[in-house]
Amino acid sequence: MINSDNVILEVKDLRKLFPIKEGVLGKIKGYVYAVDGVSFNLKKGETLGLVGESGCGKTTVGRCVLRLIEPTEGEIIFNGVNITNLSFSEMRKFRREMQIVFQDPYASLNPRWTIKNIIGEPLLIHGLAKKRELHEKVLELLLKVGLSEDHLNRFPHEFSGGQRQRICIAKALALKPKFIVLDEPTSSLDVSVQAQILNLLMDLQQELKLTYLFISHNLSVIKHVSNRIAVMYLGKIVELAEKEDLFANQIHPYTKALFSAIPIPDPELTRKRNKIILKGDVPSPINPPSGCRFHPRCEYAMDICQKQEPKLIEVEKNHFAACFLPA
Amino acid sequence: MEVNLSELPETLLKIRNLKTYFFTYAGVVKALDGINLDVYKGETMGLVGETGCGKSVTSLSILRLIQPPGKIVEGEIWFKEKDLLKLTDEEMRKIRGKEIAMVFQDPATYINPVLTVGDQIAEVIMLHQDLKKDVLEMKIEELTKRLEEKQNEKLKDKIEELKKALNNPPAPTKRETKKAAYKKAVEVLRLVKMPYPEKVVTQYPHELSGGMRQRAMIAMALSCKPDLFIADEATTALDVTIQAQILNLLNEIKKEVETSILIITHDLGIVAEICDRVAVMYAGLIIEEAETLSLFKNPLHPYTKGLLNAIPKLHGNPSRLKTISGSVPNLINLPSGCRFHPRCEYAMDICQKQEPKLIEVEKNHKVSCHLYR
Repeated sequence: MINSDNVILEVKDLRKLFPIKEGVLGKIKGYVYAVDGVSFNLKKGETLGLVGESGCGKTTVGRCVLRLIEPTEGEIIFNGVNITNLSFSEMRKFRREMQIVFQDPYASLNPRWTIKNIIGEPLLIHGLAKKRELHEKVLELLLKVGLSEDHLNRFPHEFSGGQRQRICIAKALALKPKFIVLDEPTSSLDVSVQAQILNLLMDLQQELKLTYLFISHNLSVIKHVSNRIAVMYLGKIVELAEKEDLFANQIHPYTKALFSAIPIPDPELTRKRNKIILKGDVPSPINPPSGCRFHPRCEYAMDICQKQEPKLIEVEKNHFAACFLPA
Repeated sequence: MEVNLSELPETLLKIRNLKTYFFTYAGVVKALDGINLDVYKGETMGLVGETGCGKSVTSLSILRLIQPPGKIVEGEIWFKEKDLLKLTDEEMRKIRGKEIAMVFQDPATYINPVLTVGDQIAEVIMLHQDLKKDVLEMKIEELTKRLEEKQNEKLKDKIEELKKALNNPPAPTKRETKKAAYKKAVEVLRLVKMPYPEKVVTQYPHELSGGMRQRAMIAMALSCKPDLFIADEATTALDVTIQAQILNLLNEIKKEVETSILIITHDLGIVAEICDRVAVMYAGLIIEEAETLSLFKNPLHPYTKGLLNAIPKLHGNPSRLKTISGSVPNLINLPSGCRFHPRCEYAMDICQKQEPKLIEVEKNHKVSCHLYR
């Protein structure tokens, strides 16, 4: 699975538990198992899509990888360096190379700053440009994401959602990163604007040789942008494969159900196909089911599923799944 | 627009030239600027469009729930031979929840957090339904059960007496009505396939998951067997696997309750999945209306075409997405002529000057565009 020359990011057995506190003294009464043993790697220049339903831990993975929240356990190796235990100031050097774009462009821009200040801030902090040069660099970034010079001195509220997301992308690109986490970058946008942003992201990736970790709940968006796809369920990766393989053949019952649940904008196709309708809801990550976490909703559940947790194994070439069925 | 009604199936809801404006300090927002829409009996109609195109204002206008500074300034909404806009507030209140029911996007904000699910469903039932007969039937049932346990002549007489009263049931006490309403609440919860309905009626909304809350809302809306059921982005806040459950449920319920459904959504996938007909909205107007199959197969309006092309395809080969340039216009300051012309790749001279009308260009396929005249 690992060809070390090409790998830009390697995540090993990442775990993040959020304590649940009780009372005035903050006695810990339990944990939310947000991410529970996730391993994957990212090759240079590829896009790994991370897909799953709300509360499955996608966003937590994205933030742990950048150490925006501290992982409880596990290792994150970026460009051959283990960054899991680096100090704050050591980490800052790496922050230049890894950036993030958040879901809500309304909440992630400071409403009192002009666009010039917002995009220029990372350059100033890292001491990469000043005054005239800063102005030029900011302008170059703005043009790159499809905005124009007269937007420079405006404030975030003067822009539409799509334009704001472009500003967020420009800001993330300011430090010339190698790796960007895209955390649901289009889910608050309308489809026509979403298409513009997706095209922009893919153009930038080719031009700047970027590596993306693309987090989304929308399978069709994930399919459009990714090379490989990881499907998460309740804090674990249940299936990981090349895009074509995954779409041709889903191994894990959850992936199958997820794929069949998505409404396809084609009435003939969508009414003909067999739908798998899952029973019940996603269980709480505070008290995840024993054994395989999907077994209470799985139609193929066997005895072993309740007792033992399936490991993510290579079922076919480069196609990993965590399920007892194929074994 | 002239419609020959004799050719069409029975119309349940007929909206004509509806205009809803919002009078703000910045200017008049023309949220709905003369829309025409028909919903036939027993069909599922979809209303799609992007943010701010007036989908939700349409549904709120139908129920006359527009709050100031918004106002319905013109138009007619015909529902079962009545113009809803001419009814008094009191008459309208009787229609809301009984004949037209609505489910909103976020079940967490529209459900009352301090009342149990059973209380809230029972409230709707007590308000809109005559429960005299149900109370009596419930009493007979209880007594029959007791009779089975031990024979008692007195009980037998009592049952006979109650059975005689069935045709002209006496007014029940408040407590009895409530009990009967609760019983009906359990029944509707069972109809929406809620797990453990007897337990759920005694639970508070925070004890339920998002999908279950939405089921409870749907149960509430269906409790009086409405003629028109409006689902305003009812599945948007839910996960896809839960969304699939709810859509499946709506399909089944439609057959069981014999209601028309108006689905308001931004997701063309949902439309493809369950709608019979669909209307596409853009900047306060309906720009295309057709049967679902023909709209997806043969979209006529450039905006509809653009919208369909902008969706990343789950099946088939990925290619570069086609986009619609620019963004949705400001509803205070609308472009002249056709509202879509600044973003339209086929724009002609006439598009700037004249507003196109919604006309039927193919059978059951209406479009408002100068390309088809």
